[in-house]
Amino acid sequence: MEHTQRRPAGVARASSGLMDGLQRWLPKLVVAPTFILVGIGIYGYMLWTGVLSFTNSSFLPSYDFVGLAQYAKLMESERWLVASRNLAIFGGLFIGICLLIGVVLAIFLDQRIRQEGAIRTIYLYPMALSMIVTGTVWRWILNPSLGLEKLMHDWGWTSFSFDWLVNSDFAIYTIVMAAVWQASGFVMALFLAGLRGVDPSIIRAARVDGASLPVIYWKIILPSLRPVFFSSVMVLAHIAIKSFDLVMAMTSGGPGYSTDLPAVFMYAHTFTRGQMGLGSASAMLMLGAILALLVPYLYSELREKRHD
Amino acid sequence: MTDVVRTGFRPSRIAIYGVLLLACLVYLIPLIIMLITSFKTPMDIRTGNLLAMPTDWTVMGWTKAWSEACTGVQCEGVRGFFWNSFKMTVPAVLISTLLGAFNGYVLSKWKFKGSDLMFGMLLFGCFVPFQVVLLPMAATLGKLGLANTTTGLVLVHVIYGVAFTTLFFRNYYVAIPDALIKAARLDGAGFFTIFFRILLPLSTPIFMVSLIWQFTQIWNDFLFGVVFASGDSQPITVALNNLVNTSTGVKEYNVDMAAAMIAALPTLVVYIVAGKYFIRGLTAGSVKG
Repeated sequence: MEHTQRRPAGVARASSGLMDGLQRWLPKLVVAPTFILVGIGIYGYMLWTGVLSFTNSSFLPSYDFVGLAQYAKLMESERWLVASRNLAIFGGLFIGICLLIGVVLAIFLDQRIRQEGAIRTIYLYPMALSMIVTGTVWRWILNPSLGLEKLMHDWGWTSFSFDWLVNSDFAIYTIVMAAVWQASGFVMALFLAGLRGVDPSIIRAARVDGASLPVIYWKIILPSLRPVFFSSVMVLAHIAIKSFDLVMAMTSGGPGYSTDLPAVFMYAHTFTRGQMGLGSASAMLMLGAILALLVPYLYSELREKRHD
Repeated sequence: MTDVVRTGFRPSRIAIYGVLLLACLVYLIPLIIMLITSFKTPMDIRTGNLLAMPTDWTVMGWTKAWSEACTGVQCEGVRGFFWNSFKMTVPAVLISTLLGAFNGYVLSKWKFKGSDLMFGMLLFGCFVPFQVVLLPMAATLGKLGLANTTTGLVLVHVIYGVAFTTLFFRNYYVAIPDALIKAARLDGAGFFTIFFRILLPLSTPIFMVSLIWQFTQIWNDFLFGVVFASGDSQPITVALNNLVNTSTGVKEYNVDMAAAMIAALPTLVVYIVAGKYFIRGLTAGSVKG
């Protein structure tokens, strides 16, 4: 995200001649396909979805404009409210727990641990898996009759019962568990990289002054890792808002629609329930949520760069 | 900073190792459960528990998942979908990486009026939730006759992957001194000569990062697969989800787990062989920005 403003290396002094004219156009020709693909595929389609969100499109796109009616309908929809509330619960817990686990593991791993490389590899491998695989496994582990419950019964804890996966009040928390399992190692990796960048002389000085190690971490090191903290939140929030695969694999939004997230709502209404207008409106609100996060983040990033 | 903190005393060292090893177990157990369940008989699954070893080790779950299990209406296993995923992933990864390399080269070494704006647009494109492009893309693929084809999926993955690959290469090439390029130009080297003779030989690490990142992303994708493909052209992630959610007959968890392992193996192998580059790709977008 850094914008190093250097003078163009090549295009400095263009002399005349056919070859040189070609050389001047080549860079633009090379990036043109990407420019066109991304221009249409991201920005054009974003606008198109925006337009559809103001229409009463159902099974096929139509262009009867109904103003903000779809957004009004969305706000009154019980299912959308559940999806939004789930996103708040899921996002909040997912980000909070991932940060906690990530920071603790990173600090512990930074204490001259033997076999650090192997341990790091173990913490991070879930990030290489598809969320569908993660969902399939966790769905099996949390299976109400044959999974964790049976394991505990076999181990002698016969009164143990765990039916969260099929309990509409608690199912969303099983999604949090699986998501934390998958992404917390990634936060660990980010913080470990941050810790390795801390200047050792600061810590040495604090120790000379008699500060204990926990105090040094809490008062000096963690505050200095603020940028890592922000980028972790940014990436995790991004994962949370887009989360779709994990819910589809674990509960398909159920029981009922108790584990719907906005992404699942959007998919269901746009592609299976024939309410394209409503689906488009929900997609636009998801974009809005990302923008609300992204703009302050980019702003602070750029401002920090200027202060450097 | 490691040399500063060696002065912990014994009990705290033990506690630290205890926590780290416990965490290792927590991360590993789902994989272990997935593996041992896949080698059990359905009988074993009903009588044993998650962590019990199979009494009879059998590859029945694996062969059934590979060639017989039902993924919706057809019952031919995940074999065909596994190859679909390869047919989709390999070209998409190669094309998006190549495009990204050239884009990164231009946006760092051949800046023109508007190139910074273009870079900003690509950067923003990394963050857009794909839900806002699904519907128009589905309509477009339909018009182009690419709906439900692997070619259509390749196109989609190239479009939405090229922002990331461009970011990788641009940030990598920015760090290479401009003087090198200037000198080559004075010697009469052109656009492509400079790229192939000077930058490409320096680019192995970033090519690895881009290839591995794209491979993992595209192989693991579910959203595009489920929206833009149907029936015979579906990737493995969609087939796995269908297999697990197919409700006909008795649930066979050994088959589910074997199918999940099959879907996970390619990216796991890549992670084990080239994890260093995978981690670099993960952190490239967030730490350095």
